[in-house]
Amino acid sequence: MAVLRLFLCLMVLTAGAARADALSDLVAHLAGDSFSDREAAVAALGDLGDGRAIPALNALNDGRLYVASDGRVVIGDPGTGDALKASDPVTGSWLDPVPAGLDRIRVNNRLRNGIAEALGKLKLFSPDRADRLVAAREAARHGSADTMATLRHAAEIEADAEVKAAILSSLMTVQVTAGTKTEQLAAIASLAGRMDPEIRGLLGQLADGGTVVEPEVKAAATAAARAIDRRLAILDYAINLFQGLSLGSVLLLAAIGLAITFGVMGVINMAHGEMIMLGAYTTFVTQEAFRRYLPESWFDAYLIVSIPAAFLVAGAVGAALERSVIRFLYGRPLETLLATWGVSLMLQQLVRTVFGAPNKEVSNPSWMSGGFVISGGFTVTWNRLYIILFCALILLALVAVIRRTAFGLHMRAVTQNRGMAAAMGIPTARVDALTFALGSGVAGMAGVALSQIGNVSPNLGTLYIVDSFMVVVFGGVGNLMGTLVGALGLGIINKFLEPVAGAVLGKIVVLIAIILFIQVRPRGLFALKGRAAEL
Amino acid sequence: MIMISLKRKLRGVLAGTALLAASVGLLAAGPAAADDDTIKIGVLHSLSGTMAISETTLKDTVLMMVDDLNKKGGLLGKKVEAVVVDPASNWPLFAEKARELLTKDKVSVVFGCWTSVSRKSVLPVFEELNGLLFYPVQYEGEESSNNIFYTGAAPNQQAIPAVEYLMSKDGGDVKRWVLAGTDYVYPRTTNKILEAFLKSKGVAPEDIMINYTPFGQSDWQTIVADIKKFASAGKKTAVVSTINGDANVPFYKELANAGIKASDIPVVAFSVGEEELAGIDTKNLVGHLAAWNYFESVKSPTNDAFIKMWHDYIKNPKRVTNDPMEATYIGFKMWTQAVLQAGTTDVNAVRQALYGQKVQAPSGMEVVMNTNHHLSKPVMIGEIQPDGQFDVVWQTKSVIKADAWSKYIPESAKLTADWTYPWVCGNCTEPKYKSYGN
Repeated sequence: MAVLRLFLCLMVLTAGAARADALSDLVAHLAGDSFSDREAAVAALGDLGDGRAIPALNALNDGRLYVASDGRVVIGDPGTGDALKASDPVTGSWLDPVPAGLDRIRVNNRLRNGIAEALGKLKLFSPDRADRLVAAREAARHGSADTMATLRHAAEIEADAEVKAAILSSLMTVQVTAGTKTEQLAAIASLAGRMDPEIRGLLGQLADGGTVVEPEVKAAATAAARAIDRRLAILDYAINLFQGLSLGSVLLLAAIGLAITFGVMGVINMAHGEMIMLGAYTTFVTQEAFRRYLPESWFDAYLIVSIPAAFLVAGAVGAALERSVIRFLYGRPLETLLATWGVSLMLQQLVRTVFGAPNKEVSNPSWMSGGFVISGGFTVTWNRLYIILFCALILLALVAVIRRTAFGLHMRAVTQNRGMAAAMGIPTARVDALTFALGSGVAGMAGVALSQIGNVSPNLGTLYIVDSFMVVVFGGVGNLMGTLVGALGLGIINKFLEPVAGAVLGKIVVLIAIILFIQVRPRGLFALKGRAAEL
Repeated sequence: MIMISLKRKLRGVLAGTALLAASVGLLAAGPAAADDDTIKIGVLHSLSGTMAISETTLKDTVLMMVDDLNKKGGLLGKKVEAVVVDPASNWPLFAEKARELLTKDKVSVVFGCWTSVSRKSVLPVFEELNGLLFYPVQYEGEESSNNIFYTGAAPNQQAIPAVEYLMSKDGGDVKRWVLAGTDYVYPRTTNKILEAFLKSKGVAPEDIMINYTPFGQSDWQTIVADIKKFASAGKKTAVVSTINGDANVPFYKELANAGIKASDIPVVAFSVGEEELAGIDTKNLVGHLAAWNYFESVKSPTNDAFIKMWHDYIKNPKRVTNDPMEATYIGFKMWTQAVLQAGTTDVNAVRQALYGQKVQAPSGMEVVMNTNHHLSKPVMIGEIQPDGQFDVVWQTKSVIKADAWSKYIPESAKLTADWTYPWVCGNCTEPKYKSYGN
């Protein structure tokens, strides 16, 4: 490899041609036969230091670089229909006609790493400030003695203060392993205050690096690693807490509809999970509609639209279910349970027939993709953060509906004393149907959120039904606050148990704990007092 | 705990529904024709329940092959008729349905099963009634039955080559390993083999992290954070995933959102193919790997024909093909060739004819059935692409013979599977018949 790279460089230099020619020569080599050939060409492009190689390298990384049957290397972009538009990778001008027999140049992970390193070197000197900043931060990941020299050079000529600081920080990281002894000691001292696991890893490598590492450096690295470990241990609590909160909010979303249908109305609704599933499929249909009929820039809004859509679809199905089945079975829990179980199987098979058995792809809108790093090792992902917010909003809205509206008042009246409510002129049958529709609709909205983190398949509901019942029973039947505390409590307990006990055992421990808890407090955390509890 | 007793009560209801679904399936397969001029074959794949997601496609593949065979004039001058039953992802029901297919419908061969537990559940039935089962899914090995032909990969045709690839320079020179799997027999056995293999290659025990999760795990935050932490030790780290079906989507979504790129921590999966990727947005997963014996993106005339046949049959050009479908195709082709060669559908005669049977596979190579009832197939490593397909980045130059018994587990390294004379045995340390003259 190294020989090949040297050979390529020499060949380019001895050709004595203009720089543009050297560049195009190397770009042509990107279509080399083996991954090693291509890697050598990529590395040589990085060493060449010509910023015009950036588009070609980006294209290669994204799988948009093609080789034509006459050996020309071009960048392909989607044109009309299946056809490609081709442009010259060096000049960027469109090629007309498009060269024949385009074949995509394949990349593998090793090559991608090489491209990232080469791009990092090139972008460090890019005229674009943002490019330089990213490159400066990335440089720490591909550390070698080679990069150290490049970074030093870049730091000297850099005018922008922020970029310069980033370059120096990366240089420090690289120096930990690749610098001289004094450099190493200085770097370790300045890095000991950081919290990134990557730096902890670097220091760890030095600490048990054997005889190659100077004893002084070794001692300094060991001490610094210990200091970071202490801080990371505290960070772990924060991570577990956030993850627990996130899991709790997912549980709460799944259970909150059930808290109304089962908790408030007393209907054991085994089809609750399928309401969630219908919400998720509504999201899928909305997404497909946006993809097909609306301009691409609107796509990110599909999720917002699918929230009311899912509420209406699941709510309508819920109302229909209540009117056609459940209202005949009030007061007969066993029959309700069997009937709703049957309905759930029918809904699953219906969805399987209409949409097919395989999973459906629901993509995260761009504002929900990725995450942000709070501190090394602690990444908060956007989708989880939004789900926590969404969950809080739904809970607040529900509380407002139940406490502040006439419908909420009727609902409470009917569930507390049906006979009295009817005598006061409240249309109890209609309130029943609406309450059930509300619970189902909320489950539908939960489906929108769950489609963002998991599968959209006909079995979606069965994954959540047991957890939902667990949360409602644990929290206390008939009490939204109980559901909230129950869900968050279970989520956080689960996440603190998981690192210690593992996922499988953790789940078992939680389940046993709940069984024991129910023995002591059969009515859950927040038991309703008075006559309402006799429901 | 209402739930558990409830489940028990509901099992009857469930079975009833499954029966209903099965009879619908039977009706769909068409009215039974006169017995003498048809050959019946059984299709034993779940069409409802958790496994329907994967197995429905294999049912369609078998029906496509039957359709194709009948269009070409059938087999031995007779029409072939598929009897489709639905074991509904319910393992005991698999055994019941298998018995029904063999005794009531009197099928000549059965194509079916996906999970290892379903195969283990039907195995005694096939051995007792001397039936013939073609099993098309990659599995943990450590088995060889006289009545089952395994057309999926054994661990030495999938797991071991994948790990070797990651150890190589092209694969990234990986030094630290996370073995993550769903908690059941396939991942447990595969990881046992891999752990032994890694240790034999000099990997230190502290550089191996093994993690199991329950079926349908949907919250991967802790595990993804753990993987990140494990990988930050400075050595190149890779994840070897035997995570099953449904749990993969949330796993990959969490990976992508946590910003784990394939170039930093590659994930190589043994249960994720084109069909599974259809449910995931792959833009952020480019470069993660899968090891199989076939990818849809393979360029070969047989594969082009196979894909066209599938699209024509299913009438949807967007449906993808995958490795278990190819294994089903190979199994069906081999069985028809063996029947033609034997001139009968008699199980004993067909079994004898199957040994050494060759098929030009869509993977572009000629695969062979060995006397240990497993195939010799090529191994390929593919990288996930933005369009949900795989790019082959490495493949074996020739076919690899499957080991029914792994040589990396001491107790199984001693065993041999060979169903021809003088061995005639699936798990023996010495031949059943001493060679002549001894």
